[in-house]
Amino acid sequence: MGAPRLRRGLWGWVAVFALAAAVPLLKPTGYVYDIGINVMLYSVLAYGMNVLLGYTGQLPLAHAGFYGIGAYAVGLLTLKQGWSFWAAWPAAVLLCMALGYLLGLVAFRTRGDAFSIFTLGVGVIITSVINKWDALTGGNEGLNGINPPQGLEALSRSLGLTLNGGFYYLALLTLLLTVVLVARLRGSVFGRSLLAIRGSEDLARSAGVNVFAHKLRAMMFSTGLAGLAGGLYAGYAGFLGAAFTGPLTTFTVLLHLLVGGLGSLAGPLVGPALMYGLAQGLRGLEDYQYIVFGPLLVLIVMFAPQGLVGLWERWRARRQGGGHA
Amino acid sequence: MPEPLNHAPGTGRGLEVQGLGIRFGGLHAVRDVSAALAPGRITAIIGPNGAGKSTFFNLISGFYLPTSGQIRWNGEDITRLPTHAVVARGIARTFQTTTIYRELSVLDNAMIGRRVRTRAGLLDALLGTGRERRDDADSRAGALRALEQVGLADLAGRPAGSLTQEGQKRVGIAMALASGPELLLLDEPAAGMNPEETTQLMALIRRLVEGGLTVALVEHKMSLVMGLADDILVLHHGQKIAQGPPEQVSRDPAVIEAYLGSHAHGGQLGQGEASDA
Repeated sequence: MGAPRLRRGLWGWVAVFALAAAVPLLKPTGYVYDIGINVMLYSVLAYGMNVLLGYTGQLPLAHAGFYGIGAYAVGLLTLKQGWSFWAAWPAAVLLCMALGYLLGLVAFRTRGDAFSIFTLGVGVIITSVINKWDALTGGNEGLNGINPPQGLEALSRSLGLTLNGGFYYLALLTLLLTVVLVARLRGSVFGRSLLAIRGSEDLARSAGVNVFAHKLRAMMFSTGLAGLAGGLYAGYAGFLGAAFTGPLTTFTVLLHLLVGGLGSLAGPLVGPALMYGLAQGLRGLEDYQYIVFGPLLVLIVMFAPQGLVGLWERWRARRQGGGHA
Repeated sequence: MPEPLNHAPGTGRGLEVQGLGIRFGGLHAVRDVSAALAPGRITAIIGPNGAGKSTFFNLISGFYLPTSGQIRWNGEDITRLPTHAVVARGIARTFQTTTIYRELSVLDNAMIGRRVRTRAGLLDALLGTGRERRDDADSRAGALRALEQVGLADLAGRPAGSLTQEGQKRVGIAMALASGPELLLLDEPAAGMNPEETTQLMALIRRLVEGGLTVALVEHKMSLVMGLADDILVLHHGQKIAQGPPEQVSRDPAVIEAYLGSHAHGGQLGQGEASDA
C-alpha cells in the first residue's frame, strides 16, 4: 500500500528536485529566480493548507494570517531585536505553531462551515492588527530594510551565484524539508487518524480517535508551515506590508491547492507552479487575467474535482487497467 | 482460531448503569434505566422502534452525554468520559448501517480502530521515531488479527467499499475488535443480511464470546436474538420494562403488551421461532 507507492513516486520527486536544483546552472535572470522562489513559497503554504484541508477535511481561512505572522516575526526580531535571521526564522515557526494551537483550542469547538467562517474572521483580524498596530509593525508604512540572512550573500558568491540564486536554493531546501515532513505525515499512524477524521468525524470518534487532539496537532503543523514560508519571505522581500497577509492570499493558496489536487502529495507543488506561472504570463492583461482564471477553475471543478494530480492518477489507472484487459 | 485481542476476561464487574437518562429538548429518549451487562455473556437490547435502543448504546459508548444517571465500567465511573477514553477502557461499538471508510482499504479501516492502542503522535510521524515504527507495526499486526477473527484477512488490501454489505459489516466489527475491547456493542449487526449470512454472523459472535468478549447488541431479528442472547433487556418509550433470560422475557406480560401495542414484531416474540442456529 503506502510504502511501495511512495518508493515508485520517489524517483519522480528526485527528478523534480534535481531539475529545480539545476536551474541556476543556466545563469537565469533575477526575474526567473523571483518566479521560482515565489512558486516555492506558495507551494509550502499550500502544503500547510493541505494538511488541514486535504488530510483532515477542515478548511482553514486564516492561513495567510499565519504567513504574515511568520514574516513579521522574522522582520521584527531581526530589525528591532537585532536577532540573526537564522534564530528568528525557527522562532517564527514556533510562534506560529503556538498561535495555531491557541486558535485551534477555540476554533475546533465549531465544525465544518462554521469553522471556516470563524477562521476567516480571525484571518481578517490578524491583517487588521498588523495594519493598525503602527508602533509595532509600522502599520501602513510597512516594515522596511529587513536584511537578508547573514552569510547567505557570501555563501552565494563563493558558489558563483547571485544573492537571489542563494535565496532560490534556500527556498528549494525549505520546500524539500516540507515535502519530506508531509510525506512522513501521510504514511504515519497519526496521518491515518487524520484521514479517518476527514472521512467521518463521528466514526473516527467512535473508533477511538481523539478527534480534538488530532485536529489541534494538524493545525499546529499547518500554521507552522505557513510561518516557515512567511519567515523566508520576510528575508527575501526585505519589505513587509499588511496586504499580503489577508484573505486574498488565503484564497489564492486555496485556488492553487484545488487546481493541483487536494489531499495529494504532488498537488501543492503542481498547483502553484502552474497557476503562479500562468499569472506571470498573463500579467499584461492585469485584471482581465481573471477572465482566464475563472473559466479554468470552473473547468477544473467540473472535470477534475481531484485537481490535476487526480486527473493524472485517473488517467494512469485507466491505462494500467487497459493493459490488463 | 486466531488469538483473541481482548483483555483478560472476568477481571471486572462489567458494565453497570444506574438511573441513566437523556433528554433531547422535551423528549426523554432514555429515562431512568438501571441495568448490568454480565461479563462474558451476550445481552440483547430489544424494543419497538423508537424505544431508545440506539440512544442507549450512544450513551454507554460515550457518544452522548447523559442528562442523568451514572455509567460504571468495572467499578469505574465513566459517565463523563469522552468517547476515545471509553474506547481506550475497552468498550467498542459498531453502527446501525455499514458505517466504515469505504474509500480506504479494509486493512486501513482496521488500523484506524487500532489507533487507541498506539501513542505515536505528530512529532513521532515527522521525525520517524522508534515509537512511530513500533506503533505502525503494532497497528498492522493488531488490525490483521482483528481481520482474521472476522474472516477478512485475505481481503485486507481491497477498498472496503468494494465488499458486499455483509463484508462491510464485518469490516465494521473488525474495526471495533482492533481496539482490543472487553465489551463489544453491536448496533443491528444483522440488518440487511440474508438468513445464511445471519447464521454466519451468529457463529462469529459466539466465537468472540468464547474468546472472552462480552457482547451487547441491538437487533430487530428475533431469530438472532432468541438464538444467541443469554440475557435480554427490553426498552419501551426509553424505559426498561424487563430484563432476563429469553424464555422468561418472551413470556413477560409487559413485553407482550409493548410489542402487540406497537404492532411491530408482535407475532414473532412469543413463538421463539428461531433456535435454528
